[in-house]
Amino acid sequence: MSCIHPAPHPKERRIIFGNLTQPGYAPDLKTYVAHGGYEQLRKALSMTPSAIIDAVKAANLRGRGGAGFPCGIKWSFIKQDDGKPHYLVVNGDESEPGTFKDRYILHEDPHQLIEGVAISSFALGVKLAYIYIRCEFPAAAKIVAAAIAEAKAAGFLGTNILGTGFSLDVFVHQGAGAYICGEETSLIESLEGKRPYPRIKPPYFPAVFGLYMNPTVVNNVETICHIPHILRLGPEEYAKMGTPGDGGTRTLCVSGDVQRPGAYELPAGAVTLRELLYDICGGPKPGRSFKAIIPGGSSAKVLRADEKIKRKVKGPDGTMLDQEIDVLDLVMDAASLAGAGTMIGSGGVIVMDDTRNMVETLNNLNLFYAHESCGQCTPCREGSLWMAKMSSRMLAGGGVENDPKKLKSIADNIAGRTVCAFGEAASWPTQSFLEKFPEEFAAIATKNK
Amino acid sequence: MTGNTTANGGRQADSIPANFILEANEILSHYPVSKRSASLPLIHLWQNHFGHIDPSGIEWIAAKLDLQPINIYELVTFYPWFRQTAPGKNIIRVCRTLSCALAGSKDLYEKFCETIGIDIEEARAHHGDGMPVSPDGNYSIEFVECLASCGSAPVCMVNDELHERVAPEDVPSLLSRSTSPAN
Ligand SMILES: Cc1cc2nc3c(=O)[nH]c(=O)nc-3n(C[C@H](O)[C@H](O)[C@H](O)COP(=O)(O)O)c2cc1C
Ligand code: SF4
Ligand code: FES
Repeated sequence: MSCIHPAPHPKERRIIFGNLTQPGYAPDLKTYVAHGGYEQLRKALSMTPSAIIDAVKAANLRGRGGAGFPCGIKWSFIKQDDGKPHYLVVNGDESEPGTFKDRYILHEDPHQLIEGVAISSFALGVKLAYIYIRCEFPAAAKIVAAAIAEAKAAGFLGTNILGTGFSLDVFVHQGAGAYICGEETSLIESLEGKRPYPRIKPPYFPAVFGLYMNPTVVNNVETICHIPHILRLGPEEYAKMGTPGDGGTRTLCVSGDVQRPGAYELPAGAVTLRELLYDICGGPKPGRSFKAIIPGGSSAKVLRADEKIKRKVKGPDGTMLDQEIDVLDLVMDAASLAGAGTMIGSGGVIVMDDTRNMVETLNNLNLFYAHESCGQCTPCREGSLWMAKMSSRMLAGGGVENDPKKLKSIADNIAGRTVCAFGEAASWPTQSFLEKFPEEFAAIATKNK
Repeated sequence: MTGNTTANGGRQADSIPANFILEANEILSHYPVSKRSASLPLIHLWQNHFGHIDPSGIEWIAAKLDLQPINIYELVTFYPWFRQTAPGKNIIRVCRTLSCALAGSKDLYEKFCETIGIDIEEARAHHGDGMPVSPDGNYSIEFVECLASCGSAPVCMVNDELHERVAPEDVPSLLSRSTSPAN
C-alpha cells in the first residue's frame, strides 16, 4: 500500500507508523516482538490502573477519531469500582472522507493496536473488548483476527495474561457499509445487533451508558495505538512533542490536488498549513494554484487558500491582541484550526486547486451526506437530501437566484437540531462553501437569466 | 417479504452445509453477553456463502438468535453492504467521494460500465440498493462512498481487493487479472 512514503520527510516523526514503514516489517507477532512489541504491556501490568490513566492525561493525548476529546479525561469517567462490567470498543470504521490512516495500522501493524487494547483494557477494568472494522477492509478483519489469535497463544491476551491474573477477550466485529456507524453511539447500537441509529444525548459519553448499557470507552484506532508509546516514552516526553493542549504526534492525510498526497505523521503543531502543503506535499500541480482546503475530514469547514484569519493572541504583557494571518500560516493543531472556525478533526486534509468548481465540489459532499444520513431525525434526513438535490440541479443548469439563500437556510435548520453530530457534519460544508465562495454560487444560480 | 429463491429454485436455507453451522456457532461464541450482537456477522456469513440474503436466510438467522425476522430484515434493508438479489459473479465498487472524484473516478466508473456491458444510468440509479448485473452474469458494479484510501485516488475494489490509482485504461487488464471468468 502506497500512501505512506518510504522515506520520511525531515519534519515527520514516525511513532504510529514507525514499525510498519521499516523494510520487511510484517504484521505477525514475531516481527512485532522483535521490534520491542508487548514490552509496554508488561510494564503496564506492573502499574496500577489509575497510574496508567494519569499518564494518558499527562500526555495530553486527544482522540484521533474526529471529535478530539482529551483521552485521559474520557477514561477517568469510568469508575473503577462500580461493580459493573466495563467495555472497550475500538472505532475502526474509518469512513470520514479524506481520512486514511487507520487502514495502514489495521493492515500492517495489528499488534501495535492489540497491545494498546490490552493496556487500555487493564487501565479501564475491561475484560471484553471489540474492534469494530468497516467491512470494506475485509483483509484487515482477517489480519487483526489472526493477530488476536497469535497474541492469545503467546499469553498477551486471554486468561491470566502474563501470569498477572488479568484476563481479556478481544474480538473483531465487522460493519456493513454505513458511514454513520463511525458515530460512537451508532457503533454501539450496530454492535448490539440493532439498526445503528445514534442514541439521544445526554448522556454524552458511553462511559455512562455504553455497550449493553454498561460503562464503555470508545476510542479511535490511532488513539489506542498511542497508548503504548506514551508508556514507552514517558508522558512528559510524549506530551512535549506536541503543543500544550495537543500532545504527541498526529497523522495528517493529504489528498486532492497536491503533488505528493499521502499520510504523514508529524508532531502535533509542528508544521503550518503552508509547510504541509508546499514542503511536504510538494505544492500544487504544475501551472495551478491552491484554491480551497478542507482541513480535517469532509465535515470540517472549508478554508479559502487566499483568506486572512483574524484571531486574538496573547501579547508579551499578557493582554489580548488582534492579529491577522494568512490562512496558510495556520499551525496544524487542534487549537489553531478551531481558532480559524474549522477543525483538525480526523486529520484528513482535502485540497482543491484553481481548476475546481466549488459548487461541484460541494455537490459531491452533499451527495455523500444525503446517502449516509441514518434517517432518524427529520431535519437531517430531509435536509441533507434537499441540499443534494438543489446543488445537483444548480450544476445541471437549473439554478435560480434564491438558491444560495435557500441552501443556507436548509443547512442552518439542520445544524444543532439533530440527535447526532452528523447534522453538523452535513451542514458545515454547505454553510462554509457558501460563505467562502459566494461568487461561484451566485454565478451558477443566475446563469440562466 | 416476497420469496427470493436461489439460482436452482430452492430456498437457500434448504442447503446449509455443516461447516456453515460450525462457523455460525463460532461467531456466536464471540458475543457472550448478547446473542443479538451476532446479527451482523451472521448476515455477512450468509451473504458470503449464498451471495445474497433471501427470506429463508432472514428466518434462519432470526431463529438462531431467538429474534423475530423483522429484527434481521431491518438490518438487511438498512446497511448498504447487504443485498436481497443475486449479484454478478464479480463485484466492482468504485469510490465516488470527493478525493476520488477529483482524481477522475467518474471516468473510471464509466469505463468499467462500458467494458462489462452495464448501462451507466441504470447502474447509477442503484447507488446503495441492489446492484445491476452484466448480461453475461459475470459482473456487478456500484458506486461506494470513501474507501479510506483517498491519498492514492481514484480507488476501486474488485471483490475483496483494493486497487489504487486506477486509470480508465487500466480497466481491461485489471478485470482479466482480478476476476474469475464467466462459466
Ligand atoms: C457522523 C460521525 C462519523 C464518525 N466517524 C468516525 C470514524 O469513522 N472513526 C472514528 O474513529 N470516529 C468517528 N467519529 C467520532 C466518534 O463518534 C468518536 O468520537 C470517536 O470514535 C472517539 O474516539 P477518540 O476519542 O479516540 O477520537 C464519527 C463521529 C460522527 C458524528
Ligand atoms: S443527525 Fe442524521 S445521522 Fe445523526 S441521528 Fe439524526 S438522522 Fe441520523
Ligand atoms: S474519497 Fe475515495 S477513498 Fe476516500
